Amino acid sequence: MSTLGLAGRSRPRRRLVASPGAWVTWGAVAFFLVGLLGVIGSVLVNSFGTRWFGGWFPEGFTTNWYADAWQQFGLADLILVTVEVSVAVVALSLVIGVPAAYVLARRDFPGKRLVYLAFLLPILMPPITYGIPLATVLYKFGFAGNLSGVILANLVPSVPFVILTMTPFIEQIDPAIERAARMCGAGMRAVFLRILTPLLVPGILAAAILVLVRTVGMFELTFLTAGPDSQTLIVALFYSMSAAGIRAQQSVDAMAVLYMAMMLVLLVIAMRFVNPTQLVARVKEEPEP
Amino acid sequence: MAAPVVSPPEAGQDGPQRRTDPGLRHRLAERGIDSHLLLLVPAIVFIIGLFVYPFLYGLGLSFQPQQGGSPFADYQRFFSDPYQRDTIWKTLGLAIPAALLNVLASVPIAYRMRGRFRGKRLLMIVLVVPITLGTVLTAEGLLNFLGPAGWFNRTLISLGLADEPVQLINNYWGVFFSLIITGFPFAFLLISSYLSGIDPSLERAAATLGAGWWDRFRHITFPLLMPGLATTFCLTFVLAFSVFPSAILVGNPAGETRVISIAAYQAAYEQYDYPMASTIAMIMGAVELLVIALVLLWRSRFYTGATGGKG
Amino acid sequence: MTSFSTLHLRGVGRRFGKHDALADLDLEIGKGEFIALLGPSGCGKSTALNCLAGLLPLTAGSIWQDDTRIDVLPPEKRGFGMVFQNYALFPHLSVRRNVAFGLRMRRVSKPELNRRTDEAIRLVRLEEHAHKLPGQLSGGQQQRVAIARAIVLEPSLVLMDEPLSNLDAKLRLEMRTEIRRLHQSLGLTTVYVTHDQEEALSLADRLVVLRDGRVQQIGTPEQLHTRPANWHVADFMGYRNLLPCTAGARSGEAVAVEGDGLRLLASPVGDLPEGAAAVAAVRPEDVTVTEGSPAGPNRIEATVEVVEYQGRELAVEARTAGGTRLHIRTGRRLAPGDEVVLDIAVERLLAFAQQYTARAGEPADTAGRPVLAGQETA
Repeated sequence: MSTLGLAGRSRPRRRLVASPGAWVTWGAVAFFLVGLLGVIGSVLVNSFGTRWFGGWFPEGFTTNWYADAWQQFGLADLILVTVEVSVAVVALSLVIGVPAAYVLARRDFPGKRLVYLAFLLPILMPPITYGIPLATVLYKFGFAGNLSGVILANLVPSVPFVILTMTPFIEQIDPAIERAARMCGAGMRAVFLRILTPLLVPGILAAAILVLVRTVGMFELTFLTAGPDSQTLIVALFYSMSAAGIRAQQSVDAMAVLYMAMMLVLLVIAMRFVNPTQLVARVKEEPEP
Repeated sequence: MAAPVVSPPEAGQDGPQRRTDPGLRHRLAERGIDSHLLLLVPAIVFIIGLFVYPFLYGLGLSFQPQQGGSPFADYQRFFSDPYQRDTIWKTLGLAIPAALLNVLASVPIAYRMRGRFRGKRLLMIVLVVPITLGTVLTAEGLLNFLGPAGWFNRTLISLGLADEPVQLINNYWGVFFSLIITGFPFAFLLISSYLSGIDPSLERAAATLGAGWWDRFRHITFPLLMPGLATTFCLTFVLAFSVFPSAILVGNPAGETRVISIAAYQAAYEQYDYPMASTIAMIMGAVELLVIALVLLWRSRFYTGATGGKG
Repeated sequence: MTSFSTLHLRGVGRRFGKHDALADLDLEIGKGEFIALLGPSGCGKSTALNCLAGLLPLTAGSIWQDDTRIDVLPPEKRGFGMVFQNYALFPHLSVRRNVAFGLRMRRVSKPELNRRTDEAIRLVRLEEHAHKLPGQLSGGQQQRVAIARAIVLEPSLVLMDEPLSNLDAKLRLEMRTEIRRLHQSLGLTTVYVTHDQEEALSLADRLVVLRDGRVQQIGTPEQLHTRPANWHVADFMGYRNLLPCTAGARSGEAVAVEGDGLRLLASPVGDLPEGAAAVAAVRPEDVTVTEGSPAGPNRIEATVEVVEYQGRELAVEARTAGGTRLHIRTGRRLAPGDEVVLDIAVERLLAFAQQYTARAGEPADTAGRPVLAGQETA
């Protein structure tokens, strides 16, 4: 078994006599995957079920809950708000974050560590910790309870995330290429527009899709700052879940499935551009061939 | 910028001139300050306006208790009321075991899954799903799956492992499972990438020196992985410590899973006591940073340089 | 800014924190000159080049182009061309668009842009590769694109930062000739940075040797080759045998040196008071293996230890009774263990003071210092 891990190539004979350790690890993975499947599957099955009291499966299947959820929860509006918030957050965080990432990747200046720390803290802190003071301030200035407040609050973790995602992409562009452009007579603007932007397209796409996924899934900050008309899908889902009993469980599950479908579509798109690891943190890894 | 035309320089007499206008330029250049730094301005304005200022505002607010009294009255109130104070231990009691389990379970699994095999990318993508779905949806799924009539209990009963449904939701375990489902893939992906950052030829070198697989892991890979483990623990802990929606939905938000974020939320949005809410938020931040600081302090005792791989 | 008659660097320096990467560089570059900045890595030669290009702001001194101060201008306003060590081609643009980029930035009219781009591509003989992306070219071809991109603007000064260091040995020789040919045909003033003394000697009109951010010597290739100003320069110019010793009495143009059981006569360079710690330097090819008794006063007995076959000659390492190792190049077939008698001509054995302190202005003076009279006859 040991050589299997080392050389990265396995011989069939080895696999058959895998050690107990291997069985335990694969068993743990299988257990986790079964649990995950159960969690997702029970939501999915319930959303299509007519009545489900005891028994392995519901008594019958229907799609009525979706129509029900669509009307009851005003899903069209919720999806519209979610899209508006996410697109605005992605655009703004790119505009603010990419130039800052460039400076942090390329330059040394006094106070750089302090600036870096300031950008790291919103990612390290629990959203509730800074979300409550932030919501208080936003209420003070009349931003909370509407779309702009939700967007501003969601920018707080997104801009640092863009910076952390973009920095390695910028670092891997040879600075000599920018110098060469300047020696050819290109000013800073031309260097950015004609040289850096085309070369950074993969990084910008990755950062955009990651921020999109995180913003659609961001519960705490939206929850703290949203008003009745500025809820995103995930916040509405939370409200309908915590008010259980008022609505049929199945239509809540139908909404959850719609949210899940939206996230999975985003995820599939994301996986075309980024490595799974990048979803969780900025760790450089070579793309698999 | 136009070229300033100055009289032709004479050797040896440019001394005083060097000290006037260019002097400042030279000093700035020495510190690396020039107009490129302006690109940083929007981000700095943003972080000050939306993070630093609100944070300081909240900090200030926490010293102005609604009921009056000394500036520390709200802190005193928090720590003297066991119902509030215990939220710290409840949160840590959830977050630390969950983060530890996630990290420790990830190490052997990630170690076995090094290198390439068929379906690895698919497995990775499947693991990303719960991170993407987030805690609210996981909670909804857990309510269905682990509930008294859910598939899990049904399986236990049909296998004869239990006589009646095991209570797994609306208590500590519901929240704990939700932290595992979102936290384990997170920890696993991070640790896999740290592992791939360790040059495999180091282990091969150890093998040629006669080390068996356990010795190779214990003396070579594990020490090199240690800083990565500490970082992963920190990030997983942050995730678990911020637990909020699942503590309400699959936990027992009035009892054993009344975590500190619930306390802060209730102060702000149920009692409208913003100073108290800020106080709790500040305490929450301080406790979290304290744990992270301790872990990082411990991490600094390990070798943290290059590990020779592609990381 | 098209052309100039002289370019003046006055006391140019660059500090990084407490570290002086470059200090007190004074240099005058004439139109059409080919200057090489030479030194080991970290000596400040690339810093000097980047300061000249405007890519790195100065922290001391000034740069003048005739009567115009240019160190305050951003790089894109200086009108210089630059060739980078790793070529720095724009990976997303074709060869043609790479070369045309500078003209485009200068808003050159379309017909002229096409004409000049074609001409530059023809000059570096890449016509059939014009539509490829840089990633599809070999290293040598990429380097030619980089050169075309720099010269298409007809810059008043071309800066080259170790342009050949990423090429293999054969290609390096070819490109060296190519660069020399382009310089001769276009007459472009060039500043060339390299750590390869052979490259610098073969290309440049004048060399500037740097060490620890300070100029050690400025001179023609011949001056540097035969009269290095101090033992660091000697070390860098191929004097592989550096023998620590003590200076003795002078006799005429020669000085006696003693160390590790060897007593030799050497030609002193600079001040070398009696009793001072010194370094005697000689090239491997100037150590001759004699048959019988040596003609000169420097007789050294040694045992051959290592022999490397290098074509017509052998590179030999021999060891004296006192433990000194000497590098020798010889056409004679030697084998490890052979006892040999070595001879070094007095004028080829240079003696330097061990403690060399660069006094301001002194290295620049050596540029014009004549080879000491009478040395040849010693």
